[in-house]
Amino acid sequence: MTERLDVDVAIIGGGIAACAAAVALREANLTVAVLEKRLCGAGASGVNFGGVRQQGRHLAELPLARRARALWDDLNRILGEDVEFEASGHIKLARSEAGMAELERYAQDARGYGLELTLMGANAVRDALPWLGPRVVGASLAPEDGHANPRVVGPAYARLARHRGAIIREFSPVRRAVATGAGFETEADGVSVKSRWLVNAAGAGAGAVASWFGERAPVAPLTPNMLVTEPLPYFVSRSIGVVGGDIYLRQIHRGNVIFGGGHGWGDAERGLARPATDVSLGAMVRAVDIVPALKGAQVIRSWSGMDGQMPDHIPVIGASSTTARLIHAFGFSGHGFQLGPAIGLIIAELITAGASTSPIAPFAIARFKDWVDGGDAGQPVQMD
Amino acid sequence: MEWVVAEAKAVVIGAGPAGLRAAEALVRGGLRPVLIDEAERPGGQIYRQPPAGAARAAAQLYGFEAKKAVALHAILPRLADAIDYRPRTLVWNVFGNRLDTLGPEGQGGLAFERLIIASGAMDRVLPFPGWTLPGVFTLGGAQIALKAQGVAIGRRVALVGAGPLLPLVAHQYARAGATIAAVLDVTPLAAKVANAPGMTADAATFAKGLWYTLQNAIAGLTLRFGVRAIRAEGERRVVGLAWRDAAGRAHRVDCDAIGASFGLRSETQLADLAGCAFAFDAVTHQWIPQRDAAGRSSVPGVYLAGDGAGVGGADVAELQGERAALALMQDLRLPIDTGRATTLDRRLARQARFRRALEAAWPYPGHLVDAIADDEIICRCEGVTAATLRATARERDAQEMNRLKAFTRIGMGRCQGRVCGHAAAELLARTLGKDVAAVGRLRGNPPIKPIPVGGLP
Amino acid sequence: MIDAAPNGGLFHRLAPRDGATIAFTIDGAPAQARAGDLLLTAILLNRVALRRFEFGDAARAGFCLMGACQDCWVMLADGRRVRACTTLLEPGMAVVIDGVGRG
Repeated sequence: MTERLDVDVAIIGGGIAACAAAVALREANLTVAVLEKRLCGAGASGVNFGGVRQQGRHLAELPLARRARALWDDLNRILGEDVEFEASGHIKLARSEAGMAELERYAQDARGYGLELTLMGANAVRDALPWLGPRVVGASLAPEDGHANPRVVGPAYARLARHRGAIIREFSPVRRAVATGAGFETEADGVSVKSRWLVNAAGAGAGAVASWFGERAPVAPLTPNMLVTEPLPYFVSRSIGVVGGDIYLRQIHRGNVIFGGGHGWGDAERGLARPATDVSLGAMVRAVDIVPALKGAQVIRSWSGMDGQMPDHIPVIGASSTTARLIHAFGFSGHGFQLGPAIGLIIAELITAGASTSPIAPFAIARFKDWVDGGDAGQPVQMD
Repeated sequence: MEWVVAEAKAVVIGAGPAGLRAAEALVRGGLRPVLIDEAERPGGQIYRQPPAGAARAAAQLYGFEAKKAVALHAILPRLADAIDYRPRTLVWNVFGNRLDTLGPEGQGGLAFERLIIASGAMDRVLPFPGWTLPGVFTLGGAQIALKAQGVAIGRRVALVGAGPLLPLVAHQYARAGATIAAVLDVTPLAAKVANAPGMTADAATFAKGLWYTLQNAIAGLTLRFGVRAIRAEGERRVVGLAWRDAAGRAHRVDCDAIGASFGLRSETQLADLAGCAFAFDAVTHQWIPQRDAAGRSSVPGVYLAGDGAGVGGADVAELQGERAALALMQDLRLPIDTGRATTLDRRLARQARFRRALEAAWPYPGHLVDAIADDEIICRCEGVTAATLRATARERDAQEMNRLKAFTRIGMGRCQGRVCGHAAAELLARTLGKDVAAVGRLRGNPPIKPIPVGGLP
Repeated sequence: MIDAAPNGGLFHRLAPRDGATIAFTIDGAPAQARAGDLLLTAILLNRVALRRFEFGDAARAGFCLMGACQDCWVMLADGRRVRACTTLLEPGMAVVIDGVGRG
């Protein structure tokens, strides 16, 4: 028996951005239906590293990241639950002089966007973080950056959206969507939705959705390879990254150290992802290199999941280039977690006001209009 | 990093009764199987061998089962080079046709053409007040202390159970000279009496069970059935055990250690990672990987034998191990002794009848779940209480186990849900008013047991 | 009330053990056990607990004794972490249990 819905806005995908958009749209008194193929927040929103990070982003993302950062301080109150956000500071390590030069360049550029970073030489880093391994020649500290618990943020947004009157349908994979004269008709398992507006927040599947509307969006699957240790005495007081992005590491106050680097195995068709052993073992070697005290600790779990990446490693955000009242927000390339709360507001703005207060021109889908496959597809993504 | 992975035609994981008989049958069929086991010495848990230095006579260690134990322990020495035996090696992941292993030399990989998983079982745990106190062990743990180390878990030991392991461990402890405070069965005596006829399907085992019970009674042990509301007393360690009888009267004994668990639970993590289909077994309240009568799982090339795919006991494990090996060889188009296969099938069918009676004689003690108070610790690794579980289920829309885990951390600890997963599912189902099957099961992640970040064990 | 074990431990030897005595330390204090003892046995013959629980004021003394529950991981003075119920005691092992398990 197919449920039939008729709403102002239908959203394909139930991650943080999608559910945050649903909340904002409800605040504007629009009716909303969210169609999530599995469980809200269990996709890329839930399996990522958990970094709440402005430092290291492509400069075009910084205005969005700054906007999101302001929201993170208030998220517990907004969502009514503890998302375990901690502004621990994010410290990005250079393991060579060339790496340090890169950090210096970035710090200069980022200042223009209002992001103040503190550069530190080898001695300063060692004084601040005596437990770091020997290869560090310097670092860049973003004192306001930090981390949170990705497993709870998406579901919390979904709960809030539901509470505010959004219709959320889980285990409802969307099979097709078409533009009609009046808007859109979207069909998912068990539910069929008529809407004025359609939001494509379908994560790794968003490229397929874009193609239904004649738009090119080369989304490639991105499977983060994550590991976590047993609880250890707390000492890793900053969220850690490196120039090159091959290892990232954070410790929660309960003591578990979460780390990752490289990609797991994924099957985009079936939406399956598993950590890859050689990648996990390599990440373990690099974790001990950065934090030698981890040598005796035990890894107790590893996981992966399916995110979507674009060839230029920045997302697609904005109005469709072919179809009126279709909004895209996908391809966050492994670093959408921190942005999520702001992306939700941007999606809502595009619908209620026709434009966003944030500069989203660099993220236009039209930049892939003439994209030909076989370009960057195989290259690993830099987690700056 | 390039990992060079050797390939083997047939691999057996687990050197308990199922794995040993499987390896033996494979050798008989002309193969050279790899046999991987975590322990130092073969035998699994029920036929666990003490470390060198703690050895004792087989009759002392295994009682009536001494002959079976000796025969099993003789397999590897007898077959020697015919088996590629890898002890002290943990298989921590299965993916496709590849195993990831951690042995004394460090990390390794092994590709297989065919795999028999004989991963065994552990105790089925249900929380009760004081269950995390120093001095409380599982019933299986109490037995291992005696068998493998010649120690009692305390100077005055109380034993609590819901299966045939209880009279056995009580008997073993009494015979070894331990002081036993009480032997408490949380299932009714009437269930044993009613199912006695069914249990005669395996007359020998039934007789042994009776004998243990009689011996315990003769020894003057305090034996009680239909026990409810158990509670370990003590602040920093166990000092006593309290309970209520079937009529509701309160009792207690002084003791300094408690061996308590309620049946057995298959260790299914490798079958899960291998992609095997699972089905919920209503009798044992557990999700079990599915297998056909010969031991084939739903994944071509992967076979399941022994308690790791449904608890059947040691005798059944031996039969299933051999039967799975025959299925494996048949699937490789090697000639097998079909007469032997038929004999095994017949014996297994007979054992299944016995098993059903056994499960009915010690029915699932749901009353222990009903008794779990809000302040009870459910997840021992992370210290998560029943109150958190119940509140989360109601208020945060956790309709199944993996969501519950994400929101409460239940199952996120070092044991990855081995100890708490069962009780957590029962509680979640009760809180939501659903069948236990409907709340699903925890998804497995590698490594199935902790592995060192530094690489070497 | 039960009399405390003479060596202050939970466990109680029932079977006579021939093999060598092995000297080791718990939190730097000398202790003894026998060849063939698992580290868990060795500790619990001398103490009533073997680790501090991370998330509350409690100690733990292992549970399943078969390498399944993971409740008996202890730290050695050389920085290694080992699962006490599946690790054999070696001469000179220095286990650090942070003062738990006394009486």
